[in-house]
Amino acid sequence: MDVRIIGILLSLFAAVSVQASPDIEYWHTDNGARVYFVPAPELAMVDITVAFDAGAARDGKQPGLALLTNAMLNEGAGGLNTDQIAISFEDVGAKFGNSSQRDMAILSLRSLTDKAAFEPALTMFTKVLTKPDFPSDSFQRIQKQMLIGLQAEKQSPRAISSRSFYGNLYGSHPYASMPAGDEQSVSDLTLASLNDFYKQYYVAKNAVIVLVGAIDTAEAKRIAEQLSSGLSTGDSAKSLVEVVPVLQGKTITIDHPSSQTHIVMGQAGISRGDADYFALYVGNHILGGSGLVSQLSNEIREKRGLSYSVYSYFRPMRELGPYQFGLQTRNDQAEEALKVMKNTLMLFSKNGPTDAELVAAKQNITGGFALRLDSNSKIADYLAMIGFYSLPLDYLETFKSKVNAVTVEQIKDAYSRRIHADKMITVLVGGKAE
Amino acid sequence: MLTKFKTLIGLLFVIPTVAAANVSEYQLDNGLKLIVKEDHRAPVVVSQVWYKVGSSYEHNGITGISHVLEHMMFKGTESLGPNEFSQIIAANGGRENAFTGRDYTAYFQTLEKDRLEVSFRLEAERMRKLVIDDAELLKEREVVAEERRMRTEDNPHALVREAFNAMAFVNSPYHHPVIGWMSDINNYEASDLRQWYQKWYAPNNATVVVVGDVEPEAVYTLAKKYFGPLKPETTATVKPQIEVEQRGKRTIEVKAPAELPYMMMGWKVPVVKTIEKEQSWEPYALEMLAGILDGGASARFSRYLVREEEIAASVGVGYGLFSRLADMFVVVGTPSKGHSIADLQRAVMTQIEKLQTELVTEKELKRIKAQVVANAVYERDSVFYQGMQIGMLETIGLDWKLTDEYVENVQVVTAEQVQAVAVKYFKDKGLTVAELVPMPLDGKKSLPAAGGRHGR
Repeated sequence: MDVRIIGILLSLFAAVSVQASPDIEYWHTDNGARVYFVPAPELAMVDITVAFDAGAARDGKQPGLALLTNAMLNEGAGGLNTDQIAISFEDVGAKFGNSSQRDMAILSLRSLTDKAAFEPALTMFTKVLTKPDFPSDSFQRIQKQMLIGLQAEKQSPRAISSRSFYGNLYGSHPYASMPAGDEQSVSDLTLASLNDFYKQYYVAKNAVIVLVGAIDTAEAKRIAEQLSSGLSTGDSAKSLVEVVPVLQGKTITIDHPSSQTHIVMGQAGISRGDADYFALYVGNHILGGSGLVSQLSNEIREKRGLSYSVYSYFRPMRELGPYQFGLQTRNDQAEEALKVMKNTLMLFSKNGPTDAELVAAKQNITGGFALRLDSNSKIADYLAMIGFYSLPLDYLETFKSKVNAVTVEQIKDAYSRRIHADKMITVLVGGKAE
Repeated sequence: MLTKFKTLIGLLFVIPTVAAANVSEYQLDNGLKLIVKEDHRAPVVVSQVWYKVGSSYEHNGITGISHVLEHMMFKGTESLGPNEFSQIIAANGGRENAFTGRDYTAYFQTLEKDRLEVSFRLEAERMRKLVIDDAELLKEREVVAEERRMRTEDNPHALVREAFNAMAFVNSPYHHPVIGWMSDINNYEASDLRQWYQKWYAPNNATVVVVGDVEPEAVYTLAKKYFGPLKPETTATVKPQIEVEQRGKRTIEVKAPAELPYMMMGWKVPVVKTIEKEQSWEPYALEMLAGILDGGASARFSRYLVREEEIAASVGVGYGLFSRLADMFVVVGTPSKGHSIADLQRAVMTQIEKLQTELVTEKELKRIKAQVVANAVYERDSVFYQGMQIGMLETIGLDWKLTDEYVENVQVVTAEQVQAVAVKYFKDKGLTVAELVPMPLDGKKSLPAAGGRHGR
């Protein structure tokens, strides 16, 4: 490498380094897509994410619809077939991605910014996003693959427990079904319903476009405009119905020929932007969210050696996402482990953390804040979250001070109002004790 | 340097790599190696300590001991109580963990850049002053047993993989699983662990890799302060344990509760570390061959086996060209509905035979090369991954500069070379095949009709 080029690159590094949280640029495209952009000039690459409010929560009576629609976008577009689309991306080293969970449906592109690579990749990405053909041969193949995926779930105690947990926790709410659907619903899906779903939800006003990379604002505007102009304007998706928390705890036991019992326990938790977010987030960090140093890990793994992995986490969603606890243990220890897990939660709800625990948690969360934003892909994920859930633009900037403001009393108060150890949905999947 | 430039110019894009310029290498008097890579994009640093020990250093009876020792490394030292290491890192805003592989055991912390000293102080402490307490070990054996149940015993694919490796490798230590056999896990003694620790955990058997917003000389000074006083150890010479020549196809069935069939096919192949100098291009040709078959949605497996013929529900390739000992080129897959394992194996073989008899197209070669060039840029988005690459290469006894040379070496692979390795290595003589035979999950229900087994 030429020495002068190294010099230039190094001075570039020096010029842009060290900033607490990135400056987010935000605007709307002409037809109403919301755009979030952070320049990252150091690496000659760009990440683009387009997120739609088109996840499984929009499946209606057809579980699997959102996922299959999303999976079909790169199967045929603008008259090109799957092979041609894949070749277009891969010829220039670009990475196309698509995924669909309960809230969000996502399309993503990672590409070099070199024009010879980027322009063809962007052209194809735009096509896939705005001109999908939904070819019937692909539809049948992916439908079959989804059915095989559902079959594979049956050999995984983890997947079995998760499906049962969501179903029992959410009852008739759209979050109850799995994004992958079930055998009946997937078999019943039709191309017509996919087309309708796309037309209703893959529209500009229902989209958030995220860009992070070595481009300037003008270029980001051009790209966002190109992506969004091919979409119909449409409307943003309607609000989801509220989650009605279960009134009574319930324990579900499912036989499976495994040597361990997988335990999942939980209740409805919090939504994005929830008023109790920080109190509950910091509280749970102490209880079960901080890996090897959490209370649960200490009780279950460190003291008793009952499980390799034990955790609890809030998954904040558009509506109340789950507050989920889990572990796996040898079948004959399942009862004991569940008891310890419940007890730990009850004690925590009652007493809250100690002052020392709260200080340690704050040190961990705020002292490691920079780690959350140390790559383009992590920044892009945060932007998608901020955009999709309409969080304030200073969300990252104020994060640390909001964590630091949490008190023991606030945690105790939030836990007593929101968390009910006696009304948990508990699922046990496993075999008989030997 | 000039030749490198020439290779690059032939490409569609010029690689904007800073190459080796931002990497500094040091060695302390006690033999500890320090490699620092600057990445000033964010005010963070990753610190990794790599030891040259892993499951391929183990013999039967103590399999998995490197892994359980990795667990015990969090259980206290002369001046730290059990779990205190993790608590200190957490209080400093750090994230940490460790991993054990066949050829290495590594410990890492990611921290804001001004906390690097915390990592060095603690890692230096546990490099030579670990305390292995009998009661803590008994508990940790249970934790590892649970880990094995979760990862292997209740996972039909993992059971197949374990049986597959145990049959394919006769005397190579790649024979046994990283986590160890359950019977060995249940019988480690504290004295076994103390010996293992004494033997391998020493500055002259370790590489410290630091990547992030740091100044190399300052890191070096810090390393001298904390790791410098540690005494080196006379480490044992590792026996070569060269795998005996395979003299024919090996097949194995694994019966386990499952819904779907699954298979693995593996051929014995060389890796960068084991290949002779004159054939040093071969692992890169195999890497290219892996890309032709499975390098994305446009590659041959996806295109023909999944989409066109719809024989495979999923099919993929596993080949890593960086390992300490000779390894396998592996194909794994599940047949689609209405097809058998035998159908899938035939389809895979048809693709292999095509590679043996026809040259791959220039378009395909160019496509894989474009992906390799782009990935080299994408990989630099992660400080952790950059550290991984350096640490892994150094620990298996290669030069970390291979991360840069890798791109160049793949660039120069020709269609003829891909054909040559396909002919040379994809022979039945060196083939091992494992098959999962699904057993009913509820002990009653008959096997699913889809993807049922047919005779071979």
